[in-house]
Amino acid sequence: MADLPILSLLLVLPLVGAVAVMLCPRDRDDLTRATALTFAMLTTLLSLPLFWLYDAQAGTMQFTEFHPWVASLGIAYSVGVDGISLLLVLMTTLLAPVGVLCSWRAIEERTREFFASFLVLVSAVIGVFIARDLVLFYVFWEVMLVPMFLIIVIWGGRRRLYAGVKFFIYTMTASLLMLVAIVYVYLAAGAGSFDIETIRLALVEHGLSRTAELWLFVAFTLAFAVKVPVFPFHTWLPDAHTEAPTAGSVMLAAVLLKMGTYGLIRIAIPLFPQAAATAAPVMIVLAVIGIIYGALMALAQTDWKRLIAYSSVSHLGFIVLAIFAWNETALTGAVYQMLGHGLSTGALFLVIGSVYERTHTREIDAYGGVAKVIPGTAVVFMFAMLSSVGLPGLNGFVGEFMILAGTFLEAQVAAACAALGVIFGAAYLLTLYQKTMLGPLKHERNRTLTDLTAREWSYYVPLIAFMVLLGVFPQPFVDVMRVSLRLLASKATTL
Amino acid sequence: MTLETKLALIPLLPLLGFAVNGLLGRVWSRKTTALVALIGPLLALSCAWDIFSHLLHGGAAVQTTLWTWMATADLHVDIALFADRLTAVMLLVVTGVGSLIHLYSAEYMETEDRWGYARYFAYLNLFTAMMLVLVSASSLPLMFVGWEGVGLCSYLLIGFWYHNESYASAGRKAFIVNRVGDFGFLLGMFVLLMASSAGSLDMSAINQLASSGTVRAATLSTAAILLFVGACGKSAQIPLHVWLPDAMAGPTPVSALIHAATMVTAGVYMVTRLGGLFTHAPGALETVAVIGTLTAFAAAVMAVTERDLKKVLAYSTISQLGYMFVGAGTGVFAAGIFHLVTHAFFKALLFLGAGAVMHAVHTMDMRRMGGLRRRMPWTFWLFLIGSAALAGLPPMSGFFSKDWILGAALARFQASHDPVWAVIWGAGVLTAILTAFYIFRAVALTFVREPDTPDDAVLHAHDPGPLMLVPLAILGVLAAIAGFLNVPAALAHHREYFAHFLEPVLVGSGVTELVPPLEHGIELAAMAFTVVAATLAAGFAWWVYSRKLELAQRLAESPLMRPWRAASEAKFWFDQAYARFVVEPVCSGARALWELVDVALIDNAVNGTAYAVRQIALGMRALQPGLVNRYVVYLAGGAVVLLLMLMGQL
Repeated sequence: MADLPILSLLLVLPLVGAVAVMLCPRDRDDLTRATALTFAMLTTLLSLPLFWLYDAQAGTMQFTEFHPWVASLGIAYSVGVDGISLLLVLMTTLLAPVGVLCSWRAIEERTREFFASFLVLVSAVIGVFIARDLVLFYVFWEVMLVPMFLIIVIWGGRRRLYAGVKFFIYTMTASLLMLVAIVYVYLAAGAGSFDIETIRLALVEHGLSRTAELWLFVAFTLAFAVKVPVFPFHTWLPDAHTEAPTAGSVMLAAVLLKMGTYGLIRIAIPLFPQAAATAAPVMIVLAVIGIIYGALMALAQTDWKRLIAYSSVSHLGFIVLAIFAWNETALTGAVYQMLGHGLSTGALFLVIGSVYERTHTREIDAYGGVAKVIPGTAVVFMFAMLSSVGLPGLNGFVGEFMILAGTFLEAQVAAACAALGVIFGAAYLLTLYQKTMLGPLKHERNRTLTDLTAREWSYYVPLIAFMVLLGVFPQPFVDVMRVSLRLLASKATTL
Repeated sequence: MTLETKLALIPLLPLLGFAVNGLLGRVWSRKTTALVALIGPLLALSCAWDIFSHLLHGGAAVQTTLWTWMATADLHVDIALFADRLTAVMLLVVTGVGSLIHLYSAEYMETEDRWGYARYFAYLNLFTAMMLVLVSASSLPLMFVGWEGVGLCSYLLIGFWYHNESYASAGRKAFIVNRVGDFGFLLGMFVLLMASSAGSLDMSAINQLASSGTVRAATLSTAAILLFVGACGKSAQIPLHVWLPDAMAGPTPVSALIHAATMVTAGVYMVTRLGGLFTHAPGALETVAVIGTLTAFAAAVMAVTERDLKKVLAYSTISQLGYMFVGAGTGVFAAGIFHLVTHAFFKALLFLGAGAVMHAVHTMDMRRMGGLRRRMPWTFWLFLIGSAALAGLPPMSGFFSKDWILGAALARFQASHDPVWAVIWGAGVLTAILTAFYIFRAVALTFVREPDTPDDAVLHAHDPGPLMLVPLAILGVLAAIAGFLNVPAALAHHREYFAHFLEPVLVGSGVTELVPPLEHGIELAAMAFTVVAATLAAGFAWWVYSRKLELAQRLAESPLMRPWRAASEAKFWFDQAYARFVVEPVCSGARALWELVDVALIDNAVNGTAYAVRQIALGMRALQPGLVNRYVVYLAGGAVVLLLMLMGQL
């Protein structure tokens, strides 16, 4: 068991699934879906043992694999997970079957291509979280763009082309800067390797000039900040989230945004600690602006999905804030919130997806009073909303509490301003809930809406169970990453 | 079973009821639903009673740690429950009054369909569980779990009839206003976390820390005031009181349980539980007392002109909560808690009485009632007991608790000669007079006055059935006699049972030494003055509103009363001010910001960049038209430039 290259298998399994899906006969959509679901679930099953096999006491990179790739340049296929990436990989694999299931009826055209793209996306995201080599990381980072772009522009909403191209150009431009920075830092470190930890140690030894370090930090951080997104690089997000089909929105919100925050804690800050310390006040201010600004934007929306998209800007602001507060509590909260936000916002997108499937409109005004007609949906939406506003007892609170508590120890004013987001969060989500679900039935056509099917319950029930589990018993999950976070925290002293 | 197990079972039992009814309530009959819902609180009551009697006989506080909730380097929070004598009082009130109200609801809600009925009882069970977590939590974060949990249930139950838009809005308003308070609660916790080295937010540890003198006074004050902001939200104190009157949209038993007897008193409990912190934080107790006084007085003024019976009771609750904070603010925490207990009895009684009226006449507008005294005699007499207790007429329970608070304020004045305490006492007495006036006005309008043209519903009104009447009667007895739990020393020797029972807990926080007792003569004089004035006000209101409505009208229009009347009817313009200066600017500002920054500024920059790149590319394309002669010109030109450069180097 120990010798099994489990991470490589995780990477390959969805790709095999993608090929298998493409081999399905064109007119057999049912077979296509079943194949996709099978491979998604196999990926989930394969990833679960990681949770128990991982030695959290050590907290180091484990399940590592190393194969030289371009030996002359020191590029290697080098993968591994520590407690932090482990949890992010698990979240990705757990959401993979959800993404397939929620597309079951929503995707009617080019089914094979859709599920193949989706599985490639899953694989690429896993790759980002397990890569230990900068070039490998970059490859996965860019490969991920392709299936996501296709998912948006082929299966998206009315303005899908604009949204897709905007998403692509935004991220591509920022990523190119990262590529330049990767080459530069490789040369500057002079270690003949692209291994992140090797480069870090080399940089600690030689040291970079202050200016060079700052520029490199900026280049990496810009790429990550666009992905997160950090204000003011966020305007691709509402368009992409809104126009993408449900599975795309879920993957975007739950997983792809976390690649940005993951990059910050895995690469940008440990490699360039002094520059990070210099930039921390700026980043903290941007994060706080993002929290408040995102919430205000959410208040102003009339499109259900766009509102939730903007709520992500606000929530991700909390995570960035905690990252630059850089103490154990804040970082724990940050990673915990990466998982928690995936769960709660994922669920919020799934709910609008379920409703959209039946009405084909995202306008908030097209609803009103439908709770009576679709009580099951109303209950699920209630859980997702409460988890998102950070009600204690559900997952959202734990992350938010640790983020704010940890940040408060470092930067009181920033934490206090961020805590205002707690009020706004309740305001926009409760207003949304009321406008869509409560009150008298506003439109007669909604009287015939159908409630959740067994297929939909099959992913909502586990999601709700996870919300409660993560809210009531967070410590087992915190313990998995505790030592890893401590090792990480020791690599820099931001602020 | 050990007491620790029982303590853990107390919140768990109603929580199970919530889960079972929430999942299965659709399936089985309403009778089963009600029975399932009632079991939890009743069993919890018996567990609470065992803990209470253990403590009454001098037993040590019961505590149990269930599991570690979150732990990092700077933060350690356990799911741990704790029950000392203060907790035991709260546990008994919550499970006792809670059980009675579950019983009452079984009849009150019988017109709901099966799913509505199950939903109602599931929420009510969840509320009970969360309230029990709140009072038995040993640390602030766990208290916050209960704190937000009861807020959620309040939101769900206010908007229980959610197809009514304004009810749904009322629920949302309650949640959001409470969030403003929670903001303070959270920051208060963080300040304490920073001050404590152990990363623990355990409340007894906080009290010890505060009295140890190792923490700066300013830090303590900041923490205490921030936490008090949280208390103001939950306990509807000015300026965060605006949600409670709207909360009356919920079913009446909910108003009785959540918005009178239990949840809204959480702030008072929190301040008392953190007595050590508030005592050692300079200015904190004074702030609590001043806000309490302001609220008590202003809300009483608002109640005077109210026409909706339930809203009279709502403003009255805000006002009485103000008294409780005055009690806590004087440093005589036991007085605040005692008023909390008696208020739980008499206000629940009044609400349930109003519920019986509503059940009979289907309106809360007092102008459409009247003459119910003969048609609903049981309800009338029980309501009268509640009103007398609220008005502070001896020997009803409210008299003893209110008098204790006013006496404590006067004692603070006597000890410190600080005029603030004299003002607080005076405002307290004035509020007591207003209280007697508005509640007997309500009694007269609802029950006594004979309407000229009574509605059909009024003509056919009758007392409710036994399931509703029995809880009413029990509460009536409690509201009448609970005051004898603590008879002041000026009236009888050795009858201050309640004060003695709580003494060990509060001495532990180091707070009782603050106030030396009043001289008996002064105390008796003050007491007599308040009682006589309140009785006169009650009698006057009864007389005017049952027989002389035109006189009331004329009085209200007199120049002296007109501004007060306007203020009272507009509820001091709080809602209008919030709408004008908070809600509207935020909403329209958000919209404008979106159009200005996101759409106009950033996106135009992004799209503009893309456009510019495209234009440049198009321009460049003109250079490459695919004509050989053009390329020859480029070649020649390039050669010349190269040549010139080389010559320049030479």
